[in-house]
Parts: sequence; structure tokens; C-alpha cells
Amino acid sequence: MPATTDNVPEPSRTDPALIRNFCIIAHIDHGKSTLADRMLQLTGVVEQRQMRAQYLDRMDIERERGITIKSQAVRLPWAPTHDPGNTHILNMIDTPGHVDFTYEVSRSLAACEGTILLVDAAQGIEAQTLANLYLAMENDLTIIPVLNKIDLPAAQPEKFAEELANLVGCEPDDVLKVSAKTGVGVEALLDKVVEQIPAPVGVADAPARAMIFDSVYDPYRGVVTYVRVVDGQLSKRERIEMMSTGATHELLEIGVNSPEMLPADGLGVGEVGYLITGVKDVRQSKVGDTITSQNKGAEEPLGGYKDPKPMVFSGLYPLDGSDYPELRDALDKLQLNDAALVYEPETSAALGFGFRVGFLGLLHLDVIRERLEREFGLDLIATAPNVVYRVVMEDGTEHTVTNPSEFPEGKIREVFEPVVRATILAPTEFIGAIMELCQNRRGTLLGMDYLSEDRVEIRYTLPLAEIVFDFFDQLKSKTRGYASLDYEPTGEQSSSLVKVDILLHGDKVDAFSVITHKDQAYQYGVRLVAKLKELIPRQNFEVPVQAAIGSRVIARETIRAIRKDVLAKCYGGDISRKRKLLEKQKEGKKRMKMVGSVEVPQEAFIAVLSSDDSAGSSKGKK
Amino acid sequence: MPSALPDGEPVPADGALPASALAGAADRPLGFYLHVPYCATRCGYCDFNTYTATELRGTGGVLASRDNYAEMLIEEIRLARKVLGDDPRQVSTVFVGGGTPTLLAAGDLVRMLDAVRDTFGLAPDAEVTTEANPESVDPACLATLREGGFTRVSFGMQSARQHVLRILDRTHTPGRPEACVAEARAAGFEHVNLDLIYGTPGESDDDWRASLDAAIGAGPDHISAYALIVEEGTRLARRIRRGEIPMTDDDEHADRYLVAEDVLTAAGYTWYEVSNWAASPDARCRHNELYWRGADWWGAGPGAHSHVGGVRWWNVKHPGAYAAALAQGRSPGAGREVLTDEDRRVERILLELRLRDGVPLSLLRSEGLAASRRALADGLLEPDPYQEGRAVLTLRGRLLADAVVRDLVD
Repeated sequence: MPATTDNVPEPSRTDPALIRNFCIIAHIDHGKSTLADRMLQLTGVVEQRQMRAQYLDRMDIERERGITIKSQAVRLPWAPTHDPGNTHILNMIDTPGHVDFTYEVSRSLAACEGTILLVDAAQGIEAQTLANLYLAMENDLTIIPVLNKIDLPAAQPEKFAEELANLVGCEPDDVLKVSAKTGVGVEALLDKVVEQIPAPVGVADAPARAMIFDSVYDPYRGVVTYVRVVDGQLSKRERIEMMSTGATHELLEIGVNSPEMLPADGLGVGEVGYLITGVKDVRQSKVGDTITSQNKGAEEPLGGYKDPKPMVFSGLYPLDGSDYPELRDALDKLQLNDAALVYEPETSAALGFGFRVGFLGLLHLDVIRERLEREFGLDLIATAPNVVYRVVMEDGTEHTVTNPSEFPEGKIREVFEPVVRATILAPTEFIGAIMELCQNRRGTLLGMDYLSEDRVEIRYTLPLAEIVFDFFDQLKSKTRGYASLDYEPTGEQSSSLVKVDILLHGDKVDAFSVITHKDQAYQYGVRLVAKLKELIPRQNFEVPVQAAIGSRVIARETIRAIRKDVLAKCYGGDISRKRKLLEKQKEGKKRMKMVGSVEVPQEAFIAVLSSDDSAGSSKGKK
Repeated sequence: MPSALPDGEPVPADGALPASALAGAADRPLGFYLHVPYCATRCGYCDFNTYTATELRGTGGVLASRDNYAEMLIEEIRLARKVLGDDPRQVSTVFVGGGTPTLLAAGDLVRMLDAVRDTFGLAPDAEVTTEANPESVDPACLATLREGGFTRVSFGMQSARQHVLRILDRTHTPGRPEACVAEARAAGFEHVNLDLIYGTPGESDDDWRASLDAAIGAGPDHISAYALIVEEGTRLARRIRRGEIPMTDDDEHADRYLVAEDVLTAAGYTWYEVSNWAASPDARCRHNELYWRGADWWGAGPGAHSHVGGVRWWNVKHPGAYAAALAQGRSPGAGREVLTDEDRRVERILLELRLRDGVPLSLLRSEGLAASRRALADGLLEPDPYQEGRAVLTLRGRLLADAVVRDLVD
């Protein structure tokens, strides 16, 4: 039941024995945000009248796409039904819901002692949830399995309780059944959190050590850093140190979210809260880093810190070249809030000035691109996403290639590409289709397990490059939307990779160069060349369109020269009209990109780069 | 639906022109275009401002009919006199177009010409043309026109093939236009033109050659050959969209054009504008040349366009609205534009490049000059005139004139 105000433990003076730190692992759409909303209401931290759907998801894109990108933490006082006099503090840590943010998820999990595994009673567990569940198990978290949406007519609580029980290693009866929408079972769930999740354990009189599990840029307050205190105490106005860099900052404010920011005197062992130091850039306050006191600080940081490493690269170019400075400013602004976003200026002969941008994965790419277009009003062309290749030359020198057009010429000994371990969950009837898809994508089967009678977990090693193409869309379409996918990088492999260039009238179009397996090069070449023939208007001269590996042409089409471009009549009444038409055509010509002497309409670039089969469209990845 | 008028600024009620338009007028020829917006039937490909009804009412019940049309048009000629003030120029060319001018009585056309002569004076060697449909003229009417001062007649022949004429909704029978040429010669017309259309859906290469041969055989001193333009909003466009009639592609148009150039040149006609061939320099249509060389002309009639000294304006399109404006003593001008120096430079390039004489290179800026060198290298401009400072299209260049213009105006 909601705690009464007089007996709520205050931040910095809370007995760790009364604290429960937990997160919710759930697939998108399985009701995590709704459950969080219900908890805010039941614990009384958000009054009924202030309630709005998905209170914690602040970004428009998050709410619209039903995904959570950034996590937050909320302090919930809860008096358990069996012991109402003993108000506990429940810190609910929201975790990002997507595969691209696995590292952030792992840090959120590291801040908790337990997790609610929330699964839609009509759909069962999905691959990403499973991946996060395994992460939680590795972190030794207590797991509370919960089926949500039991009020739905399509719910199959018995079937999926069995599935969850198998995964977690409990009895089907232990699986809680709730409806986050109606609130049924949520109080019992909060009681269960108090009952089952262990209290945090730390050394109160040791030097302070707090782990950063999230870092968010706020335009008014600078960077807000979310931490979990492991040992010792952080107090307001002391100086703190970021242990990975040794940088020190003054603690301007420290407090908890309830759910709005509430300043406090400090944070003690096991507590979760926020701090503000006045830094303006999340890269100065990195997820996974350990914070300690500057004075008599800790010697050893907490384990597990990693620098975010971009896995997927894409060139982003403004449609209108004069928007380049706006694009740069927009990226600068986004980077304030996204330590994983890296970019550097790049020039494309075809697309002009832009940036090569590195992302954690495809969703990350999509989100950034959408925010650039929506929040900053930019129109962009994005080149097909590619991974990072390591090219070893005959003479032993090495190149790291993040842009296909930089693929080295000359004698190449070996090319390495990143590989991932992919986990796919799907109904058993789709096993054949999934295996066929994975084999076509150069996959190696690692294993297959039945989750239940009719659901299977398939594990493959796949080149990341094969996934950043249209893998997810293909998977969805081949399984009528039932399959779910998760992947994690596992290293690299040597592969027979070649660069395919596209030439227009003999000139390379850098934006269309791709690195691909030699067995797929021909197919790519033929398809792209045919497509360009359709999209590029006839010019005053004949234009050969070729695909080539080095100097070897593998596909060719010809755009015939235009023979007639003249209006038959031009008399007195036609002149104004004709001049205005000419002005319009000149405007259209400005939007043409020159590739050598060939005028290519911008639409052709967009059509080629955004088509299903060349760009990593991750639409539908909800 | 006739084609839309351009956007522009309003024309003052009295039609007055800015002083800049009249400066230096004496050095430019002045022409008159007289529009007759009536047709017996509307052809499927036509988007001109023309009407098949004989009577059209404007605001306030003012009636515009074929019967009072000449009177109305003469009203505008009088307005032109007021607007041009003491402009001393005599009129060097008059062109009556439509529509179908010969749907009006020949006497009406003559009265319109008389009004021009009475208000402005006709130059002694003035060229006076009327368009005519082969089915709406006879020897008597041609004689009346010739006696009334017309010197040139232009017949819409379009094709020598029945099936092509049918697609175009032309009602005359094959052979009739050639007979018209003979009748016009007999009536004393020295200059006779035949208009041809190529690239009509269903027209074969052979059909086109037959049309050219028939036209040449009739012995006009001028032949115009136009690629069929399928204008949006015409019946032909709808029929093509519905798939009833196949569309001719640009490559076929190019082939037909080359045939026309070949056949007409062999018969002694020389191109002097992209779509126009003349048997001698005298046979060129001087009125059209006036459009192409930026001279002054007053276009009278509904929807007619005018140009005087860098001001282009156009009249309201509907004959009823036109009649109403004139009845109230207002200019029927619907809108106008005062051209900037750059507009005039661009217009000169886009108009003069279509002519055999071409464009002086001195009109081009540095980007345009660079583009002209590329066009020369690509075989789109003639080398000899280029040496003498003129951009003149080659045969292949004529077919790509619009593309060359786009580069040259830079």
C-alpha cells in the first residue's frame, strides 16, 4: 500500500535493509511502461490527476514508437501488505529495451539486485527479452517472472507460465499474473519485490564508490548522471572524481527521482539517485564509470566499464548542401546526450559534404536519423550502413575501413569482418525459413533449443554486415512477424570480401560503393545497375552504367542518349510560360548532383539508398 | 480547358504602360496579333483559347458573339491607340489567328484589318496573315481577304492521312488543303503556308513522308512542322491516359523531325526556326520573327498576349469577360510582367537560339560560355558561326534546343 508520509525513510539516511533495487526486463509492447505507470500510481508518487500514459518515456520518438531508449530511476516508497508499518524504498530502474543498447542494459542490471521479467501473456518471451534475461542471470539477479495482459482474450497464461518457468527454473505457479492496464496483481507484485529481491549490501564506512548507469543531457541543468551507490556515501557539495579519467567535479546537486528530481543531502549504500556537476557533455560522465570522492577516494573502481564502440557506420549528407553547418550543429547537440555517437566530416564526390557517423546498431542509426530530421528539421540522405573492416595487405600493413570508398587498392592478403552471435526465437513452423535465410546470409548454425513444444530458440553466427542490410525485415516477413532477433558481437572472421564500385560514364559514384562477399557481388551489381538505369534520366550523351570489382566490370547497362528536348512551338503567347518553365527546370537542375558529367537527380540517390534491399531499413522493428 | 495564363501583376484599368516600355519604340517594328476564339468543333489535341459556342455572355449580361466579335476587337484596337499615345510607328505585320479566323465572315476579318490601318497605318510592305481551316474557306472568301489587304494565308493541313486526321479530330478530307493552296494562289496570295503535325499516335514513318510529299506537291512557299504536344487537360491526353491511344515517344519524334529536315531541304525549303521552313528568305513569316526577336506587338482578343518594350501582358481568356471589360472602357488585360534585364537576356537566348541566325555569344556569361564550348564539342553547335561569335544549333542541337538553352543561360 502507499506509504504514509511520516514513516518514509529519507535519502542518505535509508537503512540498506529497507532498499530494493530492481528493473523490468520486457520486450517492446509487452507493457513495461504501463506497468511502471501503475507502480507510480499505486505507490502514490504520481497522483491520479497528473498521470499520463508512459510517464517515464520522455522523448517523443520513444513514446511514438513505443520504445525506451534511455533509462531512468524512480524511488518508490512501499509499505508491504504483510508488514505495513515498515515502509521500504523500491528503486525502479528503467532499462533500454533494444539490442543496440546492450551495454547500457548491462549497467542498469548491475545497479540492481533483482528484476521483474515481464512477458506478454498472449505472445510469450521474445529474443531480446531472452538475451536480457540471460544477462540478468549472469549478473546473479533475482528474477520475478510475471505475465502481463492477462485480461486479453488471446492470453494463454498457462502455456507461457510453463515457458517462463522452464527458462527461469521455477514452478509455473510461481509466475505472477498481472494486468498492468487494469492494475490487477500489481500490488501483489510490489509485495513480491520486497519479499524476494535481496537488499543491497555494501560497506558504509568505506570510501564512496558509485556506478554510473545512465547519463542524460538536460538543456537547462547540463548533464544529469544517474548512479547507484555501492559503498560509502556521496554528500552534497563535495568534490567527486570520475575514476576512468581522473576528472574531478563539484557536486552541485544530488538527489532522487520521485519521479521529478528531488534534491537531498546525499546518497548512502545501496541508494539510487541522480547528481549534477555542471558538465555539459555526457562523454564527461560515462555510463559504467565509477564515481568516488576526490578526498580520500577509493583506490579500485567497480568492474565492468567499457567505452562504447560503434558497430555500424553510415554517411549522412544534407539534401541541400547549404544545410551542412546545421547538420554539424545538430550532431554536436545530439552528442551531448549520446556518448556512443561518433562522427567525423566526410566528403563524397556524389553527395557533397557530410559526416561519417558511427552507431551502436541499426536502431541507434534510425533514432539518430529521425531525430535529426524531426527535431532539427534536416532533410538527409544516408548511405547504406556498413560495418568496420580490417584489411591486411600483402606487405603486412593494416587498414581499418569504415567507409567502403576507402577500401584499399592493391594486393590484399586478408579482410576481416565483425561477426555476431544471433539468437532467434520463433514458432517451430518457421525453422526451415529461418535456417534458409541465415544460410543465405553466410550464417553458421550454433544450436537450437525448444523453449516449449511449439517455440524454438535458434542460434547462429552471422557476419554483422549481413544483419545491417535487410536481415530483420526479411526475418519478419518470412515468419509473418513472429520471429524475434537479438545479437551480440563476438569477434571477427576472415572472409572473401570485395568492393563493388558503381560507375556512371566511367566515373565512380562513391556513395554506391559497397563491400560485399564475392558470391554476392554480381547480384548486387546487376540489381543496382538496373535500378540506376531506371532512375537516371537520359542525358545528351549515352551513359554506360557499370558495376565493377577493381577494373573488372561485372554488370553493365546503357542509358541511351536523349534525342529530343525541344518544345515544338514558341510563339507570342508561349514566351512567359516558357521562361517560367525554364526557371523551374533550372531549380530542378540545382537539385541534380553531378557525377562527372552525368546529372543524377537526388531522388535517384534516395531511391537507391533507401530501398528495401540496400539500406538497413529497420522499420517495423517495434 | 484552354491552357492557363501565367501569374503576373495586375494591369491598370486604362491599360497604361510604364514609360520604360515606350522608350526607344520607334526603332522596333510593331505588329498586331488578332485572336479569333471560335471553332466549329474543338480538336482533341488543342489547348488554345477557343470556344465552340457562338454566343458567350460576360458579367452584366454583355454578349460576346461571333456576330459582334469584330466590333469588340476593334474596340481593343482603339484602346491600343490610346495606350501607345503618340507612338508614330506604322504596323509592319498583322496576324489573325485562333481558333478558326475563317469562321468569321471574310468581311469581318477585313474590317478588323481596316481598323488597324485606320488607327495606326500599315507599312507599305506590311505582311498580313490569316490562319484558315481547309474546310472553312472557298475561293470567294479568299478573294475577299486578298482584296481586303491580306497577303499571306496559313492552312492547318496537319496530315495527308485520314486515320491521322481522325485522331486529331480534324474534319477536312485529305487533298482539301492542297486544293486550298491552289485557290489561294488563284486569289493572288503570294505567300501560303501549310502547318503539319508529326508524331500523332498511329502515324507511321510512311504516313509522315506522304504528308510531307503532299504538302510540298501543293507548292506553298512555307511549311511549319510541329511535333504533336499532348497538353494536359485535352481530350487526347485523357484518351492516352486511359490507354485508348498509344503515346508516341520522343525518339520517334526525333526520327520524324530528321525526315522532315531531309525531305524539306531536298525540296528547296530551308529551316529558319526549329519548326519552320521557307522556300526563300522572303517567304519567312515576318510576324513570327517579330516574336522571336523581341519586337513589339499588340495582341488583341480574349487571352491574347502582347509585348511592348519589355512589358508582357495577357488578356482575360473568356470572351464574355473580355467583352464586359471593353464595354466598361477598361483594359481587358488580366495580368502582366515587367521584365528585368536578366529576364530579357534569358528570353533572348531561349528565343534566338531556335533561329538559324542563333544567339550572339556576347549575350552569355562565363558559365554560359563554358557551357557553349561543351555544346560545341558535343556537336550541338555549328563550328563556323561559333568562330564568328554566334551560337547556332546543328541539326542534332535543334532537337535538344531546350537542354542547350538551360546550359547557356547560366
